[in-house]
Amino acid sequence: MKYVSEYRDPQKVDGVLQEIRQLGEALTAKKERPIKLMEICGGHTHAIFKYGLEDLLPPTIEMIHGPGCPVCIMPKGRLDDAIAIAENPNVIFTTFGDAMRVPGSKHSLLQAKAKGADIRMVYSPLDALQIAKVNCDRPVVFFAIGFETTAPSTALTVLQAAAEGIENFSLFCNHVLVVPALEALLSNPDLQLDGFIGPGHVSMVIGTEPYRVIAERYRKPLVVSGFEPLDLLQSIWMVLQQLVEQRCEVENQYARFVQSEGNPVGLDAMRQVFQVREAFEWRGLGDIPQSGLKMRPEYAQFDAEVKFTLPHRQVADHKACACGEILKGVKKPWECKVFGTGCTPEHPIGACMVSSEGACAAYYKYGRLSLESPAKKQPLRQELEMST
Amino acid sequence: MTLTTNSLKTDPFHIKQSRPCRSPKVRDTEITLSHGSGGKAMRDLIEDIFVGSFANPALTPLEDQARFNLADLMQLGDRLAFTTDSYVIDPLFFPGGDIGSLAINGTVNDLAVSGATPLYLTCSVILEEGLPVETLRQVTHSMKNAAIAAGVQIVTGDTKVVQRGAADKLFINTAGIGVIRTNVSISASQLQPGDVVLVNGNLGDHGATILLARGELALSTTLQSDCQPLNGLINAVLEVCPQVRAMRDATRGGLATVLNEFATSSQVGIRIHEENLPIHPEVNGVCELLGLDPLYLANEGKLLIVVPRSHAKTVLNAMQNHPAGRESRILGEVVEAPTGTVLLKTTFGTERVVDMLVGDQLPRIC
Repeated sequence: MKYVSEYRDPQKVDGVLQEIRQLGEALTAKKERPIKLMEICGGHTHAIFKYGLEDLLPPTIEMIHGPGCPVCIMPKGRLDDAIAIAENPNVIFTTFGDAMRVPGSKHSLLQAKAKGADIRMVYSPLDALQIAKVNCDRPVVFFAIGFETTAPSTALTVLQAAAEGIENFSLFCNHVLVVPALEALLSNPDLQLDGFIGPGHVSMVIGTEPYRVIAERYRKPLVVSGFEPLDLLQSIWMVLQQLVEQRCEVENQYARFVQSEGNPVGLDAMRQVFQVREAFEWRGLGDIPQSGLKMRPEYAQFDAEVKFTLPHRQVADHKACACGEILKGVKKPWECKVFGTGCTPEHPIGACMVSSEGACAAYYKYGRLSLESPAKKQPLRQELEMST
Repeated sequence: MTLTTNSLKTDPFHIKQSRPCRSPKVRDTEITLSHGSGGKAMRDLIEDIFVGSFANPALTPLEDQARFNLADLMQLGDRLAFTTDSYVIDPLFFPGGDIGSLAINGTVNDLAVSGATPLYLTCSVILEEGLPVETLRQVTHSMKNAAIAAGVQIVTGDTKVVQRGAADKLFINTAGIGVIRTNVSISASQLQPGDVVLVNGNLGDHGATILLARGELALSTTLQSDCQPLNGLINAVLEVCPQVRAMRDATRGGLATVLNEFATSSQVGIRIHEENLPIHPEVNGVCELLGLDPLYLANEGKLLIVVPRSHAKTVLNAMQNHPAGRESRILGEVVEAPTGTVLLKTTFGTERVVDMLVGDQLPRIC
């Protein structure tokens, strides 16, 4: 548990909070709204709720929960494609556990499994490759999802399959890229954001350099952060410090794991196996240019999209669902009409309720008390108004 | 199987050997469909493996039912408790236990948490064709030892064999009867604000052990399942505090599920304190790695007890003086509101909801 308990020290948390409070007051003295910071990564959203960090932050700081949960942003049409592959007779379909419950337009992988599809949960793509080796007379498909965090291990698995000449293994590639998604968000005029908390795991692969565009073109500070309470609070403090000093830079709070150049081996494997798609559909956000990865033609023999006939249908999100606005930080989960009523973790309608790392699911799971009386947030706003 | 002189001394059933020691009746190395056919092979299997292991006066006659003397039962209390549970687990053997000990302790604990003295259990098995007979012997041996440790008798049962692929190796169902002590009334619906919640030790050991025992994660730990009978510990508690409000063994769904059921049944709130949660560092490590929450991991020897505040210290002392409760501690308290809700007070002083789980916990992808 090294690198965990040290980052959960209540006294140190108190110390950082005091400094955040001071910076927050200084920054909002002449502002009519709180400082809005977006944590991009679903892991951060989850940690913020798990440790109740939102309640610790002063009313001058508002966290916006971004689109960084790879499960949540998987569009229904792609889920339908995955299920169509899994339902092919003889296919063994392998997937990470948290993709099992995500609803497609008709049902989820979990429901398809109950109907008879051979769907198996794995912990790594290498486990899927192992299944392929053991079942050499059956096609084995791995449902590759995730940001740059998981893409290198998928790419390395393909390289290993190629080296070993395993012909019954393929990928259904749905990897997505974080920077194009941020750029798409920042191009939205509705968005009022002052800075970003950058994703730690993704940055271990891509490093800090690719975020430079956010700081330089969009003039927003970004701090790459770890996942422990003190990591997050220190990162918030670092963004505020930049704002006070009127700087817009990419900084690295998670230096114990993130190198500025990232992971060259992982990046090289990704470049060998994948190429960028022209556009990829994100649940709740629509098509985002250059935001997804697909297999290079030279690895077509491992590409499930080439091997199988897929429905490739675009399925619109539910009308009542405000996921798009929530993922952009324009709306809070409780402002969605169906939050907690029609849309719950048991029966999710929208993307944000699907995985435990989605903004709505986190609010529902950890924070329903404050949601039953959204007025809880009201005093904070009043306090702000009084101070301006 | 025959009882040795040594086991006779420790065997609470005091069964005398009816036949001289001889080689096992079942000579097959695997279970075949004929072991479930109702014929001689099945009779041999039952006599050799089940009666041989579980021998006691109620079972040995091999009638279709076990028979009890009512007058004997009535001396122990004034109500019967009756429960059943089925056990399916992969792998069958894991650090700290196996499906056999689980099937005994699970049912013993389900009886004991009502304030009952567990007495008699049934044992039904569903065997997959091809199961090694040695595996069945090991499991029944483990059931016998668990029954002796818990002071219960397995008095009747049933055997079915299904074709290969129709079951996963071995399923066990145990049902049990116990007698509830007079003047003890334990129910999830009678929590009152001010009551105190206690637990008898580390949470999530069983769930984490099983996850690792499946061998899908290349992790090595010293973790063991906490599979154990709780009736001894419960005796110790009821001796000093017959006014226990509620008691439940925190099995599937873990602590979070039990506390939510308590809060909903009694229409109260429950607040637990993060700093008081007993969690083994290795369980915490596994959970951090996979994105799981130890509050929802299964336990097989953990007891959650709610008692009036005035009795909390006495109960805690009694628990800590029992081998199954050395690590007992107070977790939190019952509060008036919000009703039907479990709250966790974090070490930073914030509060969050500990909700019921939707389906199983699924490991996250990053």
